[in-house]
Amino acid sequence: MITVSPEATVVDHAKRRQAVFIILAGTFLVAVAQLLIKTGANRLGHADLIGTAIGILTIPPLFAGYCLYAIFAVMMVYALRHGELSILFPLISLGFVWVTILSVIIFHEAVSPLKGVGVAVIVAGVATLGRGGSH
Amino acid sequence: MTTPVSSMALVLGGSVIGSIGAVFLKSGAMAIKRTWSSILYNWKLAMGIVTYLLSSVLFVKGMSHGELSVLFPMVSLSYICSLVWSKLLFHEKVTRAKLFGIGMILVGIVCLGLGSA
Repeated sequence: MITVSPEATVVDHAKRRQAVFIILAGTFLVAVAQLLIKTGANRLGHADLIGTAIGILTIPPLFAGYCLYAIFAVMMVYALRHGELSILFPLISLGFVWVTILSVIIFHEAVSPLKGVGVAVIVAGVATLGRGGSH
Repeated sequence: MTTPVSSMALVLGGSVIGSIGAVFLKSGAMAIKRTWSSILYNWKLAMGIVTYLLSSVLFVKGMSHGELSVLFPMVSLSYICSLVWSKLLFHEKVTRAKLFGIGMILVGIVCLGLGSA
């Protein structure tokens, strides 16, 4: 039996918990990014590849959206250093929940009961995974 | 409205490629040390970013035609794949919490997809 010093395990757990929180916060950024890109894409019209590239740099919501994506990528790399992939990767599904909530608040989209159930079940699943990942 | 097989293939393909991208990101992330060169010359990290971008392009293309109630749940294939890759490549344990958690997420995404129909 390999003995692990209690101190080392505490640090490990703290880092794993931190990784879970980083990804959960990151999913909110991704949801905001998706809504910004959705808004900005309307201004693109039928642009070709070069037009799209210029659009990403010059249309503020598009630019902001892709910047948020870049920030999420950095957060993900940082979290993956310490956390388990099988826990952290499925946590990204929380993004679906944020997009649904933000669509209601910003675009006043209607929520069907089934969608409400979906949001609740995803949150429960994320909580189950996240708890398992920080122990 | 029916969902074209090409859309399903794009979304399923995007899911598998996305999960492989995450594997590259993790191996790249673990190779980072306190030097800039360990980030700049990190081919695994670069592969991770490229595969991840590719998967998002496939998702957007796939989701543009067809029913979301069919296509949405297919995204969760990526979570199941990530569990398999994690076990095979990083020797992570398949625990009950992970199976339950991913199962619930799968059911939740199916509900969201059906709810958007």
